[in-house]
Amino acid sequence: MDLVQKNLLEQVAGLHEVPEGAYNIRANGSKLGRNTTANIDIVSKTDKDGIDIIIKPGTVNESVHIPVLLSQSGLQECVYNDFYIGEGADVTIVAGCGIHNCGVDTSKHDGIHTFYLEKGAKVRYVERHYGEGDGNGENIMNPQTIVHLKEDSYMEMETTQIKGIDSTNRVTRGDLADGARLEIHEKIMTHGKQYAKTDFSVDLNGDNSSCNLVSRSVAKGESKQEFFSIMNGNAACAGHSECDAIIMDHGCVTASPQLTANSIDANLIHEAAIGKIAGEQLIKLMTLGLTEKEAEEQIINGFLK
Amino acid sequence: MLELRNISYEVDDNHDNKEILKDVSVKIEDHFVAITGPNGGGKSTLAKMIAGIIKPTSGQILLDGEDITEFDITERAKKGISFAFQQPVHFKGLTVKDMITIAAGKDMTVTEICNILSEVGLCAREYIDREINSSLSGGELKRIEIAMIAARGTKMSIFDEPEAGIDLWSFNSLIKVFEKMRDEINGTILIISHQERILNIADKIIVIADGRLEKVGTKEEVLPALLDTAESCKTLTDKL
Repeated sequence: MDLVQKNLLEQVAGLHEVPEGAYNIRANGSKLGRNTTANIDIVSKTDKDGIDIIIKPGTVNESVHIPVLLSQSGLQECVYNDFYIGEGADVTIVAGCGIHNCGVDTSKHDGIHTFYLEKGAKVRYVERHYGEGDGNGENIMNPQTIVHLKEDSYMEMETTQIKGIDSTNRVTRGDLADGARLEIHEKIMTHGKQYAKTDFSVDLNGDNSSCNLVSRSVAKGESKQEFFSIMNGNAACAGHSECDAIIMDHGCVTASPQLTANSIDANLIHEAAIGKIAGEQLIKLMTLGLTEKEAEEQIINGFLK
Repeated sequence: MLELRNISYEVDDNHDNKEILKDVSVKIEDHFVAITGPNGGGKSTLAKMIAGIIKPTSGQILLDGEDITEFDITERAKKGISFAFQQPVHFKGLTVKDMITIAAGKDMTVTEICNILSEVGLCAREYIDREINSSLSGGELKRIEIAMIAARGTKMSIFDEPEAGIDLWSFNSLIKVFEKMRDEINGTILIISHQERILNIADKIIVIADGRLEKVGTKEEVLPALLDTAESCKTLTDKL
């Protein structure tokens, strides 16, 4: 691993060296390292690019890291990763993609992650996106996450995209059986002329299933963000989505929530708020001795924390 | 010491010039000073002016002899002026710990934060990681607002109606907080209040009405007249 890749790894996975437990590090389109454990197997796909991650039933307190690093300008790839989480397992999965583009060509990573959670399985899924580079090449990422949640399973998804991605189209699809719960926290900050789109659709098919989607974003410069969310309540379920955005400079944010209740017992809520930083927040922090710029930084840091 | 010299403030209200403050001159040099007077009389405007949130149309503000009239909010904060809002501001994502740390201007240990929160009657364990948002009650937000001022510990602390918007139970313990602050904090406490119990512990009371400085004096000089002339309409006085 060279220095550029090490830095990317730190940004997307918070790791300085290879992680403990199961991992698969992909760099510039090929496998850089892999480790499996007694309970977690990682197998390369044979029909297309990507891996299968198989977690045995009852596996608890283990983690899987699958970072992807792109440091070769102009590299474009599409990767399929499938996760099979056995009954009653409780694991943390950390995925992430870091692009370092110092050339003039467009670097692009499309990752399609499909999760199959068996009964009572629990997954905490963390995904970080980061881009950097001193060239004019664009960094593009289009992650797709498809989750199938069986009875009483629980998935918590935390996605973060703070820097350097010129264009992103994040697609999330989910279906939930009885008692399944899905919790999604999304954080996005765009600047310059960046574009980010969130396209979220979930079917709450089971009784007592629930979904909570919280999106917090900041659009600076001339950047543009779009937030689409569809929640279909097909049973006695609870759905809540929240889109909270701060716009600065000439940033632009669109929020289009859609709720459909197909069952009389479906309970669906959406909240959306878009606006600039409230003047009184700035004033309060300035009375505590911060300059206007410092106050702005504190507010944004807190908001995206 | 804070000195206001001939402070006036006018606003353009639909092309109709409205005088909010009219030629107010006063020296604030006691330890615990209360500003009182009818609603809409200009008290909050005056407090915001001292903090730098509003600039006077004319007049001068001096802090320890230095003219700070042209200083912005940040500069005044750094010079030692703290201001507790009448309505505490909500912050999505910023926690009690974040705000106390920002207020103190240095990294704070949990013990230090605990000390400050206990001053205002809050248990650190319960509050330190809470976000400053509507999940906190009005009384809790007020206390945190006051805790931030305590964390700063500056030479001039201004409180704009700390009793506004809180229930009677919270108010009783809030009074104790101020009584304690009065005994422990160095520097000047300037507090806008309608509450007799607050006025009672003030070294000096300033009465502002209709944009003018009506009276300045000790509570013995000011309070009796104030309580006597509380304006009531005839229907009400007849019934009493």
